[in-house]
Amino acid sequence: MKRIGATDLAVDLGFLKLRNPVLAASGTFGYGLEFKPFVDLDKLGGIIVKGLYFNPRPGNPPPRLAESPSGLINSIGLQGIGVRAFCEKVLPQLQGLQTPVIVNVCGETDEEYAAVIDFLNKNRRIAAYELNISCPNVKEEGRCPALSPEHTFSLVKLAKQSSRRPLIVKLSPNVTDIVSVARAAEEAGADAISLINTLLAMAVDIETRRPRLANTFGGLSGPAVKPIALRMAYQVASRIRIPVIGMGGIMTGQDALEFLIVGARAVEVGTANFVDPGASLRIVKEIQDYCRDKSISRVEDIIGTLMTE
Amino acid sequence: MLKDPSALIIRKKAWDGYVLLELRSPRVARRARPGQFLMVRVSGQPYPLLRRPLSIHAREEDSVEIFFARAGLGTAILADKKPGETLDILGPLGKGFVIPGVTKGKKFCLLGGGRGIAPLYFLAQELRAKGGHPRVFYGGKTEADLPLLQKFAAQKMEVFVSTDNGSAGFPGLVTAMLERDLVQSAQPALIFACGPDPMMKRTAEIAAERKIPAQLSLESIMGCGIGACWGCVRKIRKGRAAEWVKICEEGPVFSASEVVWEE
Repeated sequence: MKRIGATDLAVDLGFLKLRNPVLAASGTFGYGLEFKPFVDLDKLGGIIVKGLYFNPRPGNPPPRLAESPSGLINSIGLQGIGVRAFCEKVLPQLQGLQTPVIVNVCGETDEEYAAVIDFLNKNRRIAAYELNISCPNVKEEGRCPALSPEHTFSLVKLAKQSSRRPLIVKLSPNVTDIVSVARAAEEAGADAISLINTLLAMAVDIETRRPRLANTFGGLSGPAVKPIALRMAYQVASRIRIPVIGMGGIMTGQDALEFLIVGARAVEVGTANFVDPGASLRIVKEIQDYCRDKSISRVEDIIGTLMTE
Repeated sequence: MLKDPSALIIRKKAWDGYVLLELRSPRVARRARPGQFLMVRVSGQPYPLLRRPLSIHAREEDSVEIFFARAGLGTAILADKKPGETLDILGPLGKGFVIPGVTKGKKFCLLGGGRGIAPLYFLAQELRAKGGHPRVFYGGKTEADLPLLQKFAAQKMEVFVSTDNGSAGFPGLVTAMLERDLVQSAQPALIFACGPDPMMKRTAEIAAERKIPAQLSLESIMGCGIGACWGCVRKIRKGRAAEWVKICEEGPVFSASEVVWEE
């Protein structure tokens, strides 16, 4: 029972109703279990587990991380256990939870994305898929689908045909025109857009004159990217009809509210989970406090209320 | 593992380039075992962003100690903290050293290089409490890199020091000092080591040549310390194959024979 006067934090994505707008972002929340000591997972809007390829992946050699001012550059290389181990070892441990579990789907080829989805379709515990279209594609000389509206369209179409669950498409910010990629995903049948993935970045050790990452390049996340992420979330939310889930450097409830105000219906919290494993729930509380202070009864009433005049 | 957002700094000792902080955190102290570490939030601000992984140096009833070198911006900010201030810590993390079932009367060699001495004090105390005989080999670039010498000596621990420049103790690397000792005295039951990678690699070689089991505490930049980011991997043998293993979760201590040395 909700207390009278308490804020209704629920948000409706159309295909999925969330208890509150805060999701844990893929790649920053492990497979969910890692955070059980710090977070009551059922109090989150949902969790998006680490990206899954069909087979286990070794990942990149270290160093995989470099810190930059207010940011983190990573080149993990999507090391992971693969779909089979995920379904056999991880999902049973998430079975007792109420919180929606969304699986981030990866692929080296378009066919692999479809195979991952096909394998996961059997499992009822999965609420939706988040299609990670920023994976290097072996048939496109390592270019990821997210860099082209055409490839995004064909991949999303294929994934949507394979999928028995709602499909969220996660966009890369490393493009000139993010709206055209978002539109391609929408036209291909995506149920929602999430953005942004990390920004391609690098760092150099001036003592050794070597890149600080073994892979030379990595993806930048953290507070440093938030203004860019916010701008892109606003551009996309203003131009498409399907729901937008915003992310990029969200550390506080205030950050999350900015995304909601520009039109995101939910947010993902990523790098903040590393700094403070309880960040996701703290952000829920900070959104709630804001609503109470402003006498806002439904968090939905904040979404897309940016004043531009 | 748990989070203590306000571990009170109750004591500080500073040397040129090194700092020791004692933090009151009863729940973390109760759970701590030698070789485990803390993730310490340096600042409430977004820069530096990440927590710093620091070994648990000592444990008292209600407190833990950390000992670290001023290495970069994060540790420099930590080094300026004062008693009365609080730190946000996660811990105890990782698996720590594996202390054998039988320790009574056994000899153990503990090798610390520079700031790598940090976890070995806690380990030495534990070994001694269990009737073992820890012998500490403490190496640094110069005498100034051996600030904990007095602390070990005050506990009547057997300590041997080495310096790269010969300013104190054995002139040369701590691993060379160990080799000389292994020739002269009875073989230890186990070698424990923590220090820079070349020292870890040499320790593994020495242990393998003499068929002495060894445990190495490895270091890496870490994103989260709790197994979520997969940023702190090292190559570890798993059966016939080797794979990138998260040292925060499966380590930071590994058996020397499991560690694969690249290059």
